[in-house]
Amino acid sequence: MMLDTAGWEALRLSLLVGVVATGLALPLAIWVAWLLARRDFWGKAVLNALVHLPLVLPPVVTGYLLLIAFGRTGPIGRFLEQTFGLVLAFRWTGAVLAAIVMGFPLMVRAIRLAIEAVDPKIEEAAATLGAPGWAVFSTITLPLIMPGILAGGVMGFAKAIGEFGATITFVANIPGETQTLPSAIYALLQVPGGEADAVRLVLWACVLALSAVVISEWLARRVAARIAGT
Amino acid sequence: MSLSVTLAHRFGAFDLDIAFDAPAGVTAIFGRSGAGKTTLVNAVAGLLRPDTARITVDGVVFDDVKTHLPAHKRRVGYVFQDARLFPHLSVADNLDYARRFGARTRDRARVIEMLGIGALLTRRPATLSGGERQRVALGRALLSDPRVLLMDEPLAALDGPRKAEILPYLDRLKSEAGMPILYVSHAVDEVARLADHMVLLADGRIARQGPIFDVMADPAAIPLLGVREAGAVLRARVEAHGDDGLSTLRVAAGTLQLLGVSAPVGSDVRLRVLAQDVLLSLDTPRGLSAQNILPVTIKDIRAGGGPGAAVVLDAGGDVLLARVTARAVASMGLQTGQTLFAVIKATSVGQTAISGGVSAAPAPRP
Repeated sequence: MMLDTAGWEALRLSLLVGVVATGLALPLAIWVAWLLARRDFWGKAVLNALVHLPLVLPPVVTGYLLLIAFGRTGPIGRFLEQTFGLVLAFRWTGAVLAAIVMGFPLMVRAIRLAIEAVDPKIEEAAATLGAPGWAVFSTITLPLIMPGILAGGVMGFAKAIGEFGATITFVANIPGETQTLPSAIYALLQVPGGEADAVRLVLWACVLALSAVVISEWLARRVAARIAGT
Repeated sequence: MSLSVTLAHRFGAFDLDIAFDAPAGVTAIFGRSGAGKTTLVNAVAGLLRPDTARITVDGVVFDDVKTHLPAHKRRVGYVFQDARLFPHLSVADNLDYARRFGARTRDRARVIEMLGIGALLTRRPATLSGGERQRVALGRALLSDPRVLLMDEPLAALDGPRKAEILPYLDRLKSEAGMPILYVSHAVDEVARLADHMVLLADGRIARQGPIFDVMADPAAIPLLGVREAGAVLRARVEAHGDDGLSTLRVAAGTLQLLGVSAPVGSDVRLRVLAQDVLLSLDTPRGLSAQNILPVTIKDIRAGGGPGAAVVLDAGGDVLLARVTARAVASMGLQTGQTLFAVIKATSVGQTAISGGVSAAPAPRP
């Protein structure tokens, strides 16, 4: 299981991208899931389609669209660079953006299902007891959907670690900057004799994915038990 | 302390158009499924915005032409049919939920004691029985320091024994709460036991309203209550309990011997006498197995839509309702002003139809 420097770097970068992307995307995913589950507004169908688009588009297409919009000459990319000095294209920050976009539909789906499972009548009861809307959400809805948030978070994290197509299209495959685990495996498989190193990375990928699932299952069960009070 | 409701609301083919006042005490909202009971209560709670409404409690405007106070600012205590406890919170946290939002809790310890839920405080809702859940829900509503208490069929989801477990607590609540209580029900026995006032809803309109004794004795209310459920409610005082299980109760026109009375001697109780259980006799009845015979005067005779007729009787100031056949009215020559005898079967007043007044509430089991 020992890796060379490039391997460690890829592993470290994947974890970094996964953690940052999940942390940034989760609050937004909770808000969008709540909108889709509990609100009726003009353009809801459009928002829903937009959120799910990366799930059905070829990842390379998503990556290319990101490059057009967020590249240094793209409209949003130029704005970000001039205003905040933030460059996404061919940087690890771009890998984070790709991971967020690709993982977002998975997070929203899981959290939306959890919100829809909460009986709105319980929320009404909270309102009659004096709870304003934000308090109903934070004291009733949020604790009750915690298992769904965990599930969505783990799926988003796993997607972020494993994202390949959109990432390599948007930020390429630069060792130490944008070469995540899957990119590194792909690169190793392209050179003769790289297979042994590739297999080690593959094993690490398996370990990461499995631990994520096991930890989330364990957390979800603890949360569910706390909610049910058993 | 009074709740005033005027509202009109239309949804689909159904429209609700009602106006009534509910003073302190229990006002029963009675009607069949689909009569608009829950819509009315949800409008008072602010969970639904009616097309037009004026709803006020003690001068506080809930709804008006340009006002719609949001639910969380109304301070209504709402007890739902399905309890709706927060599953992730303990019983204590459920009870104290309203405190997080500034409810100045009245005597918390006394509410917990009154409802007998002190032993449940650390439990989670999932581990409670249906009756316990409903008691906690009632406590949670009371501890929100409400201006008005709304109870939407709080007993409908419970079986007989669970109902019997809760009713004594409601008796106590009614005498201690001191605020308007809207009690939605389609069970006549609960209403006859608990309510001070009654609003009869039918197809989105108020068919009858007034003090419970008047509405229950109104022959026009019979088809709305159901012919098997209709019957006057009398005030009675327990005079003695016999060794044979029969108790003697005094009503205005005499005494009745009844089974299954648990209230102590000297206490005032309500008796619900079903209209179909009252027989009429022109002569002093002799040789009958029924023991309860009261001299009465006919106040009114109302022909029903079918073969039945309702006879309104004055029994020493009390009003009794008797349901007889139209043929009997004709063959007996019954007419207004006539004096005769009403025969009431002793077994016809069931356990649940007898309710304590303030002093006669059966002691709640802990």
